[in-house]
Formats: sequence, C-alpha cells, structure tokens
Amino acid sequence: MVSELLNTLYVQTQGVYLRLEGDTLRIQHEEITLRNVPLHHLGGLVVFGNVLISPFLLQRCAQDGIEVAWFTESGRFFGRLAPPVSGNVLLRQAQYRALDTPSTRLYLAGRFVEGKLRNSRLVLQRAVRERGETEALVRALAEHEAALRALPQARSLDEVRGVEGNAASAYFAAFGDLLLTEDFSFNGRNKRPPRDPVNALLGFVYALLLTQCTAALEGVGLDPQGGFLHALRPGRNALALDLMEEFRAWWADRLALTLLNRKQLTRKHFEERPGGAVFLNEEGRKVVITAFQNRRQETVQHPLFKEPVPVGLLPHIQARLLARYLRGDLPQYPPFLAR
Amino acid sequence: MERLDILVTYDVNVTSEDGQTRLARVARICKNYGQRVQMSVFECRVTRAQLEELEAKLLKVIDLDKDSLRIYILPGGREKNLRVHGQDRYTDFDDPLVI
Repeated sequence: MVSELLNTLYVQTQGVYLRLEGDTLRIQHEEITLRNVPLHHLGGLVVFGNVLISPFLLQRCAQDGIEVAWFTESGRFFGRLAPPVSGNVLLRQAQYRALDTPSTRLYLAGRFVEGKLRNSRLVLQRAVRERGETEALVRALAEHEAALRALPQARSLDEVRGVEGNAASAYFAAFGDLLLTEDFSFNGRNKRPPRDPVNALLGFVYALLLTQCTAALEGVGLDPQGGFLHALRPGRNALALDLMEEFRAWWADRLALTLLNRKQLTRKHFEERPGGAVFLNEEGRKVVITAFQNRRQETVQHPLFKEPVPVGLLPHIQARLLARYLRGDLPQYPPFLAR
Repeated sequence: MERLDILVTYDVNVTSEDGQTRLARVARICKNYGQRVQMSVFECRVTRAQLEELEAKLLKVIDLDKDSLRIYILPGGREKNLRVHGQDRYTDFDDPLVI
C-alpha cells in the first residue's frame, strides 16, 4: 500500500561537496571524507546554500528516483530535481478535469480546510489542557467551532477561504499563548522575510513540510501545482499547499513549539541580517532538521488504518487517497484527522 | 519492505596471486551496501533482495579455495543482538542524517 519510508539526507554545512562513490554517496569537506552513505538508504537529498553535487551523483539520483531539493542558506526553497519519468498522464487528466469542475473544486477545498480546522482545534485544546485557558485560546477555539459549523454552508471558494481565514487569524492571535518560555515572544505571523525568531522558525519548518508534500504528490503522479483551495499561479505548488493544510498546526507548529518550549532552540540559534530579517543559523538548522526527521519516524494512528503509520508517510498516504478520489475509486476524500 | 541487519566478514589470502586485488574488490562491494565497522567486518541493513545481490557479487570475486566469507543475519536487528565495546564508528542510516 505505502512505499517504504526511506531516509532523507540534509546537507547544510557550507562548502561541502557531495559525490558518487560506487553505490554510495560520499560527503566531503575540504578533501576530508565526513561520511559515506549507501544510496539504497536514501529517498531524498536536501541541500542548503553552498553545497556542490557532482554531475555523476545527480545523474544517479535521477536514475534511482532520489529526489533532490535545493534551498537557500536561509531555508527558502528554490527548486528540485524530479526524476525523468514522473507523473501519470491519466491521473493528471482527471486532476485537471476536477480543477475545471466548480463543484469538485469546492468540495476538495472544503475537505482540506476541514482537516486543517480539526487538527488546529486539537492543538488549541491540548494547549488549554496543558496550561489552562487564556482569553485568546478560548476565542480561537470558539472561532474554530464556528468555522466548522460554517464550512458545510460555504457556497463558493471565496467563502471557504473566508472561513479558513477567520479561524487562522484567531489561531495566530492565540499562538503566543502556546509559547511557554520567556525567551521568545510572538506578535503575529510575518514572512518574506521573517522579522523575529519564531516566524523564522515557522517559515523554515513549513518549507521542509512543503517539500515533503510536493514529493508525495509527485510520487503518486499528481501535479503539485494543480491546487483546489490555493489559487493557481505558475510555479506555485498550490496542491502541495492544499495538502499541507492538514498538517500545519498538528505537525509543523507543534514541532516548532516543542523546540522552543524545551529550550532546544535558544537565541544563539538565530541571526539577524541587516534590514531586520531573522534566520536560523547553521547550528539552529541542524537542531530543527534533526527534530523534523525524528518526528517523521514516529508512528501515529491514521483513522483509516489499523496499524500505526510513520508520520513521514502521512503526506504520501493522503496523496494516494486524493489520487484515488480523483480517479473515481473513492467516493470521498478523507482528510487526515489527528487524535 | 522488511530490512535485515547483517554482518559480513571475510578473510582474503593476500599472499596468494591477485590477493590484494580481491581484497580491495570485496571491500568496495561491501561499502556499497553498508559500512565498515572493523578491518574486515561490515554491517549492512539490506532487503532480502539486496542481500542476495550482495552475496552473488562477493562470490564472483572471492577465491573459494583460498578465501573465506561469512554472512551473519542478526534476527530482530542489531540493537538486540550486539554488544559493542571500544571504538564504534557505526552510523544508523535510518537516524536523521544532517550534515
């Protein structure tokens, strides 16, 4: 049913050279070999900033279906190597037909938002249980209840987006109350560029998660740009953004909060650039990626499966369910609902 | 896809003709499937198919009259079946790989 969860190698030390050595990937830094990794362990390779990849290794990655994704040093995604045979023309045809069918588009957008609302509500409820009620948390929970009631009545994409937007602003108004540490504060989302450590961290984790969702969609043969909830724009992975909505709060936000609340990330893991932009530094990125990868290995209960599944496979499972819905093999698309 | 932890050990008679060449080839093959933990000992985490592949490749290289090859399969994984003392350079390739 589900492909094996292969590991991803993240390389973020500046000046590293990656090359092919037989069937292994060799990681070199100034002529010193840091590590050899047999390729059969790898499903993905993610590099940040100034990291060189030899042409032979790139060819081999394309051949073996190892996805390569490039990020800037500050963690902005800017491109990836997709294997030469990717996608499935019949499935994509079904996807584009669905995009052209307003009722289907509305239905799927609603399902993604429903998943997001329920999983965000879970995060808020857990916060109330752990730290008690605050005004903002109570308001955010009420907004989520209202949004879940309003969602089935939404008659257009704009209405669905409006319902989602109301809940999201209440959620982020309460987000500062989820921080249990004195060292960081949160006064609203900002991005491109992030202007404080918490936003820098959120942006970075979202970028990691978006890459996972994009790869999962490519893996089942869907077009990651053909989104139902997010507006279509050339080069924007709108469907990956759609899929990510189910996981944002429950996976990305919780991971970020845990790292801050447990003081695994401190002020020294961030740097401020001229002009006020704030980014994770090399040490900080390592902490976040390690936590992100550990989280991918943990297992959770999926509402549709008896056996627990690794968190890292959730995007793949949802992508597959979406593909089956679009093909007509499933009457409904079931969003992932965390417990 | 079940994966097995295996231990590959070998002795290559380096005084025999082409011994050095065979030794180098065996090591190179093993490296492609796992990692060196001692001079002539490799640990690999492989699928059944990869195990068969590895074994076939090694048998093509070694001289059955002069060398010896042993492959141990650790049932239930290395964590349960291995006690390590002293120098340990093992990397678990399923752990987060962040360089």
